[in-house]
Parts: sequence; structure tokens; C-alpha cells
Amino acid sequence: MTDVTSPDHLAGLLDAQGYLADEGLATAAFLAIRMHRPLFCEGDAGVGKTALAGALAAVLGAPLIRLQCYEGLDAAQALYDWDFPRQLLHLRAAEAVGVTDADRIEAELYDRRFLVARPLLQALETDPCVLLVDEVDRADDEFEAFLLEVLSDWTITVPELGTIRAATPPVVIVTSNRTREVHDALKRRCLYHWLGHPGFDREVAIIRRRLPDVTDALAHGVARVAADLRGEDLLKPPGVAESLDWAEAMLTLGARDLDVDLAAASLGALLKYREDQDLVVGRLAQWAVTSVAG
Amino acid sequence: MTAAEVTATVVGFARTLRAAGVSAGPDRVHAMVAATGHLDATRRRDVYWAGRLTLCGSPDDLERYDRAFAAYFAGEKAPPVRRVQTVDVERAVAVPTREPAAGGPMDGEDLSVATASRLEILRHRDLAALTADDRDTVRRLIAAIDPVGQPRLSRRHQSAARGGVDARRTVRALLRSSGEPARLQRRARRVRPRRLVLVVDVSGSMQPYADPLLRFAHAAARRRPGTEVFTLGTRLTRVTREMRVREPAAALAAVSRAVPDWSGGTRLGELLQAFLDRWGQRGVARGAVVVLASDGWERGDADHLGTQMARLHRLAHRVVWVNPHRAQPGYQPMTAGMLAALPHVDDFVDGHSLAALEQLAEVIGGR
Repeated sequence: MTDVTSPDHLAGLLDAQGYLADEGLATAAFLAIRMHRPLFCEGDAGVGKTALAGALAAVLGAPLIRLQCYEGLDAAQALYDWDFPRQLLHLRAAEAVGVTDADRIEAELYDRRFLVARPLLQALETDPCVLLVDEVDRADDEFEAFLLEVLSDWTITVPELGTIRAATPPVVIVTSNRTREVHDALKRRCLYHWLGHPGFDREVAIIRRRLPDVTDALAHGVARVAADLRGEDLLKPPGVAESLDWAEAMLTLGARDLDVDLAAASLGALLKYREDQDLVVGRLAQWAVTSVAG
Repeated sequence: MTAAEVTATVVGFARTLRAAGVSAGPDRVHAMVAATGHLDATRRRDVYWAGRLTLCGSPDDLERYDRAFAAYFAGEKAPPVRRVQTVDVERAVAVPTREPAAGGPMDGEDLSVATASRLEILRHRDLAALTADDRDTVRRLIAAIDPVGQPRLSRRHQSAARGGVDARRTVRALLRSSGEPARLQRRARRVRPRRLVLVVDVSGSMQPYADPLLRFAHAAARRRPGTEVFTLGTRLTRVTREMRVREPAAALAAVSRAVPDWSGGTRLGELLQAFLDRWGQRGVARGAVVVLASDGWERGDADHLGTQMARLHRLAHRVVWVNPHRAQPGYQPMTAGMLAALPHVDDFVDGHSLAALEQLAEVIGGR
């Protein structure tokens, strides 16, 4: 695993992976690595919370293990499950060769090799690794309780087997879109970072970095529209993910700058509500003019 | 700086921060000291981030943090806590015109014995016209209402007599009986109540009903964690946290401290939009039963209210509008706001009396 010496050093390494982190995010990620504390990233959709985990994994040269949360997520899907078909086969095989010692069979049945590791257990057993617990706000309260044991003690208790402990705690990124308030007990064990939308210059830099073929004029135009729209009264203001999609869509259509027709044709990559699109379509021409002039 | 100096500075700063309203507990302070150890404690920037990452827990904390940080490390004293004007909720309820005469026949132990017929009359009496004693009785009865959202199928399963095969439990039973085919275990999806979201208008025209409606909200919020409560006045305030207090009176006192704008007028459309942008669309209103308690007296643009109601209706499972003035004889929904909102409302109910609130609880439960 690459050793990270300071937040600036980490920012440089993330930059090399195509992820532009500002001072706060670099410090947050640096502390998460050094303090072995999960990093709780909150912010609007599309500001780069999930991408951070991927970039960190690349920087550290560690595999990324992802747990996508949803309502009803339970221990069998997040922690571990027993491999029942193999246990049954083993039982039949033992019977076939005439093993009758019940205690021995039982001990063999609940052996580690019959345990299927789900993301959280995988993360404790993989060293090093980056664990991404994505959109934890979508899971329900019950799930946060599982997560607490794992993230505070780095252990998972399997009743039939005992406690499994991580040799080195994984680097953990927990993301939330804030659709509901996550329990304080979970947040207290984490570093908390709020990710805002990037400023104009940073967004231009992000677009240029991620899409090297985009012209300077197009990158500036897209970033200008995105920045302006975030100040508007929209149902869903675009995140960086959307402006990247839009820039890529226009690039695919052959745009060299903020071409009004191509912009209107590909607006669905930027805005996902009809009401928002109606509001913006009429103003594209105005932006196109300023982007050429600027 | 020595480690002891860093610790002293951090502890002092945390105290300032708590005074500013951020609940930076001891474990968070400990985390900040540890974080500073990994960074350069002599650099202002590093100390700023070490604190912000460990002491804060929500976006609301960040602004307070920035202020406290600037003040503390500029050597100023902690900024004074913003004084919140407290409003006595008891007062906010209309004072009855006729007080029972002291020592009169209505006084004394007779009152504590609520007879069935008296209760029945009380149940239908307008909440705005209660005597002080009746109000106490009604408040106790409101606290006993149990509004539960309509049931929905959860993603979680439970064992059941009929339903899909539960492979996990079936195989477990198989293993117990050393591999002999056992009975198939079955499972079905669990049923859970839908989330309940209550938005209570506390503006001037709703004043007499704000207290009972908030008590109704408290009864719902106490019983079902996950219930969300908001108030509408000159602005939108989320009071879910305040509603967690067990005693209704204490909870309402907390609410009155949190709500800056009792009375005054409402711009329903704008506030509803604020609710949907900040909370509703992100998940609070999705699939929920949303109860709006207001007389629909819109001081802003009624069309805007209509648009936002349409948005709410698309997100929510059911939209219930409670208008206490609806029960008045000859009421017609004539206010522009009410007319704009009604096409996007599933149930339009009264809520002016105890009986009406009980009926509201039934509507919420889909009965």
C-alpha cells in the first residue's frame, strides 16, 4: 500500500488518478487513512462522493469493495451467509463414508470454508482494501446497527464460528445523499465531510481532466451553464457527474463549443426533469453567446 | 506547541463551539486531538480541517463551526448564542371567553370525573372555543390518539404459514435433522406502516388550532419513529427533533423555542417548495402519507401553490389536507390557495374538534 505523508501529497496522488480533490477533501481522506476512521461523505447527488472511493483505491493500490445500500438490506447480504448447498453436500458425503460422530460433523459443517463473505466481511479479511458503503441513507435503521459493530471494532461476530477481526482496518468511505438523517452514533465514529459543488475553475479543470478531447471553449461553456443553473430554482440542480455527462454527450455529437442546437439536443444528460429543461432551453442561446464572447 | 497545549486549545475551542450550538461531545473532541496529531498543529488551515472533520456532524453545523473557529482563533470570546424568542404555546391557544367561576358548581372534583355524555359533547366541540378545564381533558385525549400510516409491504421478510419458500430456514432445519428432508419453511414480506409527514401551518389565521394539531403530531411522532413534523409560518421549520421529548407540554415548549415565527402570514407555495426541495424530494415525502394542516390562506401566488401541490402529489402516497375552518357552517373552499391546492389533495378533512382529529387518524391509516 502506498504510504501517504500529507494531505497535499494525497491530493497530488489523487490528481494523478484524474480525481481533483480540494484541500478539505484531501485532508479528510488523509485523516481517514492515517486515523483508521471511516470518512462519512455527505452532499448532493453527483458531487463525486462515490468516485472518491474509486480514486483512493487506485492511489493506495488496494481493491475496492462496494456495498450498495437499500431498504431491507440484511446481515446475509451485507456481512456473511452460510453456503447451505455445500454444507448439505458435505453432510451427505460424511454419511456416505460412514461418519456417525454427530459432534464432529457439526463442527465441520460450521467451518470457515462454508462461510460466504459478503462485502463487510470481505473488507475485514482483505488487507489492504478500500470499503465503500454507498448511500447509507437508503438502508434502514436496523442496518446501521450492523454497521456500527463493524466500523467501531473492526470485528464481525458469527455465532457458530466466533469473532472475526481485521488485521488492519480497511479505509472506509460512507456516503449519504441525506434523504434522511443518519443516526448520531454512526456519525460519531466517523470523520464528517460535506461535499459542495465545485467552483467554476475547478469544474473546468475536472471536465478537462476527465474528458481530454473536450475543447477549452466547450469545457468553459458547460461549467458556466452548470454553475449558473445551481443558483437557479431547479427541481434537480446538476452535479459534476451531470456536467461531465453533458460535456461527453456534446463531444460525441461533435461540438467544439457550446453549440445551441447540440446543447438542446443533449440537454437530457444535464437535466432530468421536464420542468427544468423547459426553463433552460430558451436561455441556451444567451449562454452560447456569452461563452463565445468570454 | 506541546501536546498538552494542543489539547488545552482544542478543549477550549470545543467549549466555544458547544456554546455556538454544535453538540461536540467528548469523543469528538478526543478525535480532534488525534487528528491534529496527524497534521501540523501550528498551521491554521490544518487545525481548521482537523476540527471541522471531527467536531461537526451535519451541514447545519458547518456555518456555526466557521463562526466559532474565526472567533476563537482570532482571540475573541465566543459569540453570544443567538437568542431565540420564546413563545408560550399555552398563550398561543385562544383564551376562552368564559372562565368557569371559582368555587362554582363546575369547579372541584366534578371536573376530574369526565362523564361519558360530557366527553361526547367535548369530542365535537370546536377546539378554538374550549374552556381551560375542557382543554386539559381534550389534550389528554389527543395524546391518546394513535395515528399510524397506511400499511405497505416491506422489503424484509418474516416466517409465515404460506408464501415463498424460505431457503435459508428450510436448509437450516434440514441440517438439524441430519439432512433428512424436512418441512418446507415459508416466508412472506413483512408489513410496515408508511411514513407519516405532518406539516402544520402556525400562521395567524390558524392560531387557535396550532396547539391541538401539534399535540396530534406529537402523539404520532412519539409512537412511530420516522414520523416527520414541520411547521409553516413566515418560514419552514423542521421540528421532528423537538417532538422526540416525551411529555407533550415539554415537547411543545421545545417546538415553540425552535419556531421563530408564530402567527404572522404564510406564503404557502414558497414554503411548500422549500419543504420539497430540502426534504420532500430527497426521500421524506416519497411513498409517505403527507398531512398538511392549513386554512389555505395564501398570501403569495396561488398558482405557485398549485404547482408545488402537484409536485407533492406525485411524490407522496397520499396527500391529506386538514382545514379546521372547513367545519364552519356554510364553508366553501373559496380562498385562492385552497382552490389551487384541492385538485392535488386525496382527502380533505376538518380537524377542528377532537372527533375530527380521531377521524383524521383513521384517514391517515387508510381506514
